[in-house]
Amino acid sequence: MKYLSEYRNPELVQEYLAELRKLVTRPWTIMEICGGQTHSLVKNGIMDMLPQEITMVHGPGCPVCVTPLGIIDEAIYLAEKEGVILCSFGDMIRVPGSEKSLLEAKAAGADVRILYSPLEALKVAHDNPGKEVVFFAVGFETTAPANALSVVQAREMGIRNYSILASHVLVPPAMEAILSDPENKIDAFLAAGHVCTIMGVEEYIPVVDKYEVPIVVTGFEPVDLLQGILMAVTQLEKGEAKLENQYVRVVKREGNRLAKDTIREVFKVADRDWRGIGTIPVSGYEVGENYAEYDARKKFKLNLAPVGENSECIAGEILKGMKKPFECPNFGTKCKPEHPLGAPMVSSEGACAAYYHFAGVS
Amino acid sequence: MCLAIPGKIQSITEQLDDTFRVGKVSFGGIQKVVNLAMVPDAKVGDYVLVHVGVAISIVDEDEARTTFEYLKKIGEVDELNDDT
Ligand code: SF4
Repeated sequence: MKYLSEYRNPELVQEYLAELRKLVTRPWTIMEICGGQTHSLVKNGIMDMLPQEITMVHGPGCPVCVTPLGIIDEAIYLAEKEGVILCSFGDMIRVPGSEKSLLEAKAAGADVRILYSPLEALKVAHDNPGKEVVFFAVGFETTAPANALSVVQAREMGIRNYSILASHVLVPPAMEAILSDPENKIDAFLAAGHVCTIMGVEEYIPVVDKYEVPIVVTGFEPVDLLQGILMAVTQLEKGEAKLENQYVRVVKREGNRLAKDTIREVFKVADRDWRGIGTIPVSGYEVGENYAEYDARKKFKLNLAPVGENSECIAGEILKGMKKPFECPNFGTKCKPEHPLGAPMVSSEGACAAYYHFAGVS
Repeated sequence: MCLAIPGKIQSITEQLDDTFRVGKVSFGGIQKVVNLAMVPDAKVGDYVLVHVGVAISIVDEDEARTTFEYLKKIGEVDELNDDT
């Protein structure tokens, strides 16, 4: 297959870089949305290879990083409740809540289990009929079908001791929130390939039109990223703003219809708090009325008092692309992956942890 | 946890109706149980992109191989190792 060698070979990296150098006439700031892309850019040293004029800033596309303190506290509250087994993806358990992390709650005796998939939590529920099993359902659009499916299957299998603590976030409203901030400097976006594998690409068209900003749906490997950047810069230099798809080999225009249907069946769109950014209208999923009995917030009547974010952590500015991690006074000193002050230092997809692990980038 | 990892469908282990299917998928030798409800056209031997236990699209074999090698290099397949 010819096109594959095109995506992976190092000569192509050189070629894209040479084209970029030829093309670029003035400074441009491009934000990649997805934490997987941030990780790949930093780890592969791509930012150092780019022409000086091009600045990459890192977006809020790491669900671990944008989950607000209040929801972490809800998860910890549930984990510490008698008779509850709290299941979570591994990435979430070290994120500090307002007092502790899930890992610390576990060390103190709470039943917290790390699972690879929400569907495994159904088995835990089935095997522990005397307990309530809650899955901490975080994620962007990519993860929503799996979390939704776990609820659909729970009902089909007659499992009643299962619920999810939904903490879902959506990409397009976050882009709008970032773009409508007058201080934003973003000229173009790379949209996340795997999010679009589910949702398709059409929902980005209104963002392109309203803000006249190029959006290129992009994969996460180095050659994908470089091609995505090249496509964005080509548009910028021509004064165009279009939606383009670099990742056509995986992303179809309409996305995955069955996955979107499952999401719609279980979830409803709701306002959501983003860590450090604040509330963004219609930017998340909550469990809908049809499946209310699987909504942990309703089942356990969660109503915790609101908490303020940690004032020492500037995650909000990092997640909006206004500051780089090394501009945080605590970066690498008070805040390290072993003792994170904020979520972007916890996950390997968070900008702070990516910079910390692969130091030497600027 | 955000990336989807490609693997090869080894067998269909449960089939309740046309869409509800579960199969074994191999990721470079590591086998996982994967829900196939979102990819009704996928057959044994096909490669699928899998995210947290659910296949989200079919990909071609070469794409799958190179992507898997890349993910392995950057340590993104470690989450598969807690075998269940
Ligand atoms: S380095 Fe730590 S304290 Fe600073 S923004 Fe990143 S996570 Fe927050």
